[in-house]
Amino acid sequence: MRKVAVIGAGMTRFVRRALETPKELSWEAARMALDSCELTMDDIQATCFGTAPDAFDGIHMNGEYASDGAGGWGKPYMRSYVGGGTGVFNPIQGWYHVASGMFDVVMVVAEEKMSSFYPHAQAAFVTIFDHTTERALKPNLLWIFALEMNRYMTTYGIKKEDIARVSVQHKRNAANHPCPLLGEADITVEDVLNSETLAWPVQRFDVSPVSDGAVAIIMAAEHVAKRLTSKPVWIEGVGWHLDSAYWTNRDLVYPRYVEYAAKMAYDMAGIREPRKEINIAEPYDPFDYKALHHLEGLQLADRGRAVELYINGTAAPDGNMPVCPSGGLLGVGNPIAAAGLMKIAELFWQLRGEAGDRQVPGQPRRGVAQAWGDLMQVGTVVVMGR
Amino acid sequence: MTLLERDPQAPTAWRGNLPVTSRYTYGLAGEKFFRTLKDEGKIMGTVCNNCGRTYVPATAFCERCLSELTEWVDVGLVGELHTFTRLFVDYDGNPLDEPELVGFIGFGDGGLIHKLEADPDTLEIGKKMEAVLKPKSKRTGSILDIEHFKPAK
Repeated sequence: MRKVAVIGAGMTRFVRRALETPKELSWEAARMALDSCELTMDDIQATCFGTAPDAFDGIHMNGEYASDGAGGWGKPYMRSYVGGGTGVFNPIQGWYHVASGMFDVVMVVAEEKMSSFYPHAQAAFVTIFDHTTERALKPNLLWIFALEMNRYMTTYGIKKEDIARVSVQHKRNAANHPCPLLGEADITVEDVLNSETLAWPVQRFDVSPVSDGAVAIIMAAEHVAKRLTSKPVWIEGVGWHLDSAYWTNRDLVYPRYVEYAAKMAYDMAGIREPRKEINIAEPYDPFDYKALHHLEGLQLADRGRAVELYINGTAAPDGNMPVCPSGGLLGVGNPIAAAGLMKIAELFWQLRGEAGDRQVPGQPRRGVAQAWGDLMQVGTVVVMGR
Repeated sequence: MTLLERDPQAPTAWRGNLPVTSRYTYGLAGEKFFRTLKDEGKIMGTVCNNCGRTYVPATAFCERCLSELTEWVDVGLVGELHTFTRLFVDYDGNPLDEPELVGFIGFGDGGLIHKLEADPDTLEIGKKMEAVLKPKSKRTGSILDIEHFKPAK
């Protein structure tokens, strides 16, 4: 397999309600990514597009609908879709397009416009559940994650005020991001604990906001990447894994699907001791406890002990292993597929030293990004390094 | 009657729905396209000078080179009929009392799909078709501000 680098990235602001259509959001991000590495569509040989359930954007086959904005015209083009995991699977799709030798330069675009769903995007999730056994109960994801969070907290005896540190850290980090929806430099644990309870133990500030936005990256084969940039960021490892489609048949306390995806990616990257070899982590953080859950699945913390990374400062931007220096979904926002790809873009900028006010110190060499989704049982992982 | 109801061997079924209600925005280009249609009764396109194409309805960007498009043109109300069909059933498959005509009317390098009011026996591909707009007071900024297309005089 050939070496593959990320050579450009762009993203729109993440906002509560965008004027732009899904096509236009995709186009804005795609245009920025092209401009960032001074390429034109003539240089792009194939396009990979990612977007989560069509119900959000309000158009079935959103991948086909938005294809013109994503630069799909006249190219081999395909949408990949693994629910919330899409944003990190999408660059894996781009990676194998290039690693396989089929294409030298590929554009990867992820978009979500959740504000289309009316009155609230959370209700869209009822459409993903089994029509006969589950949908009659009107489940949404707040439900499901409240159940999982309760199980996780109770099993390990983790306090809610400690889990709230995750939200505080990420929202504070996002205050330094140019595109955030919920960057809050002064937010405190008390603010999180005093926010409205949505589905106990999940409160308003424990969960990421409904968002609109798009992100794009450009990926290139080694010989092209080295010609186009002095700072390629390599895709060192990729992994993805699926657990049971029945949430009742899954381990709610430990995300096995993330572990297997991470091990696949670490093996490919030659990583044996991830806690020493990963300098930055961008775990998927739609809920604060999920960042902890995923850090454990990523083997970056012992089971039940990821929260200590936040308590002892390891996860802070100036800590030994900054977690979500972007601000993550909790801070920058969660336009689902775009949020995952934002993590890849963040590693690209951080590893190149181009992350502006949120640049982590110490010239990080390697990072891991992860997303999670489908029926809450897929893990998608990418390791990037310079 | 649906196929399931016609078939006595059909499995027991129950009815549910996917409750999806959407709130759409016109978008960057759509805001101007539909505002101009509503207020001025004009069909607008945008031009990509890089690719030499005129997009109708107007778009904010060129799908070929992804350039931003800022040059707007009034393409008039008369386009050319690229193709048409005559509908005898609705989208659920129920017979229509009166067959309906729909067609694709070309403008610039794109065009609109719309209803046609014409004599089906004399309608043919290539005919010039003219947009019939609702009166200005009835227009809402919708593609249905165009009532239909009719053969141009």
